[in-house]
Amino acid sequence: MSKNTVSDRFRKVDVDEYDENKFVDEEEGGENQLGPDEAEVDSLIRQGNLMGALQAVLKNPPINTKNQNVKDRAEGLVLKVLSSFKSTDIEKGVQSLDKNGVDLLMKYIYKGFEQPSENNSAVLLQWHEKALSAGGVGCIVRVLTARKTV
Amino acid sequence: MSYHSFLLEPISCHAWNKDRTQIALCPNNHEVHIYKKDGSNWNKIHVLKEHNGQVTGIDWAPESNRIVTCGTDRNAYVWTLKGDAWKPTLVILRINRAARCVKWSPKENKFAVGSGSRLISVCYFEQDNDWWVCKHIKKPIRSTILCLDWHPNNVLLAAGSCDFKCRIFSAYIKEVEEKPAPTAWGSKMPFGEVMFESTGTSGWVHGVCFSDSGNRVAWASHDSTVAVAEGGKTAVCASLTSETLPLLCVTFITENSLVAAGHDCYPVLFVYDSNKAALSFGGKLDVPKQSAQKGMTARERFQNLDKKATADSKEAVLESVHKNSISQISILNGGKAQCAKFCTTGMDGGMAIWDVKTLESAMKDLKIV
Repeated sequence: MSKNTVSDRFRKVDVDEYDENKFVDEEEGGENQLGPDEAEVDSLIRQGNLMGALQAVLKNPPINTKNQNVKDRAEGLVLKVLSSFKSTDIEKGVQSLDKNGVDLLMKYIYKGFEQPSENNSAVLLQWHEKALSAGGVGCIVRVLTARKTV
Repeated sequence: MSYHSFLLEPISCHAWNKDRTQIALCPNNHEVHIYKKDGSNWNKIHVLKEHNGQVTGIDWAPESNRIVTCGTDRNAYVWTLKGDAWKPTLVILRINRAARCVKWSPKENKFAVGSGSRLISVCYFEQDNDWWVCKHIKKPIRSTILCLDWHPNNVLLAAGSCDFKCRIFSAYIKEVEEKPAPTAWGSKMPFGEVMFESTGTSGWVHGVCFSDSGNRVAWASHDSTVAVAEGGKTAVCASLTSETLPLLCVTFITENSLVAAGHDCYPVLFVYDSNKAALSFGGKLDVPKQSAQKGMTARERFQNLDKKATADSKEAVLESVHKNSISQISILNGGKAQCAKFCTTGMDGGMAIWDVKTLESAMKDLKIV
């Protein structure tokens, strides 16, 4: 007979941690990744050069780093740029990106969906529609299967 | 181009005999059914019942006329035709998870089985004991092996795995063959040696294929990409991200062209340019159905708007030949160098045979180099 039948703390043990064949992703040095340059992006937004701001904010994505702050800061910056676009310019913005750019943009869009708020959902959905027509469902599949995300 | 619907359930795997008159397939259960072509009909002539779990891989050796099957019951059987019936011989694979794919080597003296035990079993027949024996390739595989393909030299084996990598291993068995000559992938080939490991694509590798010369290997992975690597002093990789759903199977039809198919239910052509080391999209290989364009009445328009929030008259019906994902593609005529016909089977229980010449003339921009 088991002694302690009241406590169910054992259910919270993560057994996968103790699996000797557990799959661990390869470490790729990402400690130097700082994400997009905040100052550069801000100045481009102030100047009204939204296309340039979009290109700048998609540079240096913090994909390999484990630092959550860097990732959050990058996401915030991207959302700022995406919200400052006029609805009619969104399509042009997406066209100015190459294939990898569209994939990266889609990653940021889904990251933004994870924390819906009053302001950003509508904007993100508009961007999502345009990015989908440029990148196709393959682009979304790549967001879902990527091991290293923004 | 012809389509035959065998079943209502998915065809798990299939294999053709040497003269392409018989097809062995698994109707998503523990059995293997062999159908024979009779005019335009297909008649079931044999049912092979031995597995205790779903049959996940079938391969039919053209010269020696033996069938090897593997299943989720962790076993593989080699079937030989004795008179009018197929007799099984059990092969102990020493795996503790399901077997996923099986392929005869080009000389048919070995076969390889990929499994969920994170290893590949290379089996060969030992004459003294009258028994199939297997050797394991374990390192550095870290997850299930989903697909295999042999190099024409009978020694190198390409394996696609769920640990996001496509690798080329040496499966040299000294008991059954001579030391192989150097290839584009390397010259020292002891058993289990990794000759090539892919980088750059993420996503499970669903399908892998060597070209006819063996100098190129192509793989399709779950992140909707196709990649080709060319052996050499340093292997050159070219990959292409596609805008479609992931592809499940890929095969070379000439040295420079690949056909792949997957969850989008139609085969797609890709062309590899070795000078630029670049892969490009060649075209969609499905025969377009001419749907009758009928005008919409105002009533229909309002109904659509009410039900589907769109005034579109497009119906939600797949226009492709296959009505569900295509899971396997096999070459019928011409080999991987000059394929004239290939066959696809899928989750809709149907099998389609595609004629390359007809496709080339039907699609204007298609060019198969």
